[in-house]
Amino acid sequence: MFDTFQFEFMRNALMAGLLASVACGLVGVYVVVKKIVSMSGSIAHSSFGGIGLGYLLKFSPVLGAMLFALLSALTMGVVTKKTKLPEDTATGIIWALGMALGVIFIGLSAGYAPDLMSYLFGNILTVPSSDLLLMLGLDAVIITLIIIFYKDFLLLCFDEEYATVAGMPVNQLYLLLLCMVALTVVVLIRVVGMILVIAMLTFPAALARRFTNDLKKMMLLSVLFGMVFTFGGLWLSFVLNLASGATIILFSGIVLLITYIVGGLKQQRAHH
Amino acid sequence: MSVQEEVLRLENVNVSYGSHVVLQDINLAVEEHDFLGIIGPNGGGKSTLLKVILGLVKPYSGLVRVLGNTPEKSRSRIGYVPQTSNYDHGFPASVQDVVMMGRYSRAGLLRYYNATDRAVVRQALQEVGMLEHASTQIGQLSGGQQQRVLIARALVSEPSLLLLDEPTASIDTTMQTEFYELLEHLKKQMTIIMVSHDIGAVSVFVDKIACLNQRLFYHGSREVSPEVLEATYKCPVQLIAHGNVPHRVLREH
Repeated sequence: MFDTFQFEFMRNALMAGLLASVACGLVGVYVVVKKIVSMSGSIAHSSFGGIGLGYLLKFSPVLGAMLFALLSALTMGVVTKKTKLPEDTATGIIWALGMALGVIFIGLSAGYAPDLMSYLFGNILTVPSSDLLLMLGLDAVIITLIIIFYKDFLLLCFDEEYATVAGMPVNQLYLLLLCMVALTVVVLIRVVGMILVIAMLTFPAALARRFTNDLKKMMLLSVLFGMVFTFGGLWLSFVLNLASGATIILFSGIVLLITYIVGGLKQQRAHH
Repeated sequence: MSVQEEVLRLENVNVSYGSHVVLQDINLAVEEHDFLGIIGPNGGGKSTLLKVILGLVKPYSGLVRVLGNTPEKSRSRIGYVPQTSNYDHGFPASVQDVVMMGRYSRAGLLRYYNATDRAVVRQALQEVGMLEHASTQIGQLSGGQQQRVLIARALVSEPSLLLLDEPTASIDTTMQTEFYELLEHLKKQMTIIMVSHDIGAVSVFVDKIACLNQRLFYHGSREVSPEVLEATYKCPVQLIAHGNVPHRVLREH
């Protein structure tokens, strides 16, 4: 039987998994259909700079991560829209700069960095209640933005040129979308860690894409798959005694791979 | 004769990408309910000209007035049919979703699409003969069908000016006639500018014709002499006349 202590652990873990699935399921769909996977990876990794800054200046590394993720999302958006620097190059630069800053900051903080591993690789079992509240707040912001700007994001992702012609403030909405990715990174950091965030932004949405041609249904399915992956992976990590974040990602990857293989076989059979 | 509203005016417009001159000293005036065809070789600046009209490409000199205003202010009144290759064919959007995007210029930020929007979309789908495919994912259609969907998307914005970029490129010959009948019908409601490298296709249906190859040769009627074609394509007409061009370009000869 669980005692109270264990119960709180489990309750927080389940809540964290749920909140993470909602954010990554919804925003992941945009990341996948707008093809900004590597840009999102860059936003996620650059947040390491903020984690380092948090350690150095002794404030919450999660808030530091949020600051850096938002900052790099805005920088990347402005740079790719307003300068001739290729998206790909900007992605690489911001990715590396954020990581480098993080390493320097942590070095400067005299090497004292408790739970550093949990920010890098996630630990769903140690999410404090304060972070849960933050995650809940960010989920609410993300859901509200999607409800308000659903039709705008749809057009933006489908055909940016036509969106411009139709009078949409394309650059502003694009920045908003990248900021939503940044917020999602923050929601996911405690669960799978900043290094593996990109997997949770991609796998559930990519799997959902295989089952529907409708963006709304894709979002619902993607959230659902996010939950299946998170809780399935968490359970496996218990059973096999492995790191939870990495097990969640591996489990999702294997499921995704199997559906692609099965799908491929079915298609081949249909051809014969 | 009544004075017609001037829909488009370009004066001494020059466009270049870096040192590469794309459009040189373009002058053009288009009046209400004109149906202008612009022909010219690939790379002659046809798509760029349309993008100048839409304000997507900024000329480094010259004046562009669309519907009495700047392109940016007027473009929500322009219906634009780009070449199909602009979007990801695997995108999870149905035909209906895509056509609905044409209502964006009417709705703007912070308003959901409503019953009127949905009715207009159905009407447009009917008009281009794609109503039965309303729920089909966009990438599953043939090139010609996708083209018709993009035309429907342009129509639902209820534009004053319709811009068509190579609309016949992916439509097969039997459907082309149908397509031009649709344009004949639309001509009564709006001004149309269509660019194409397919000389035969354009010249039969348009009222006025212009040739574009960096420079614009405007004629004000649809008769194009072989000399002008030669100047436009910078090669003897004979070479580009595989499809009996003179027969279709000249009304009589």
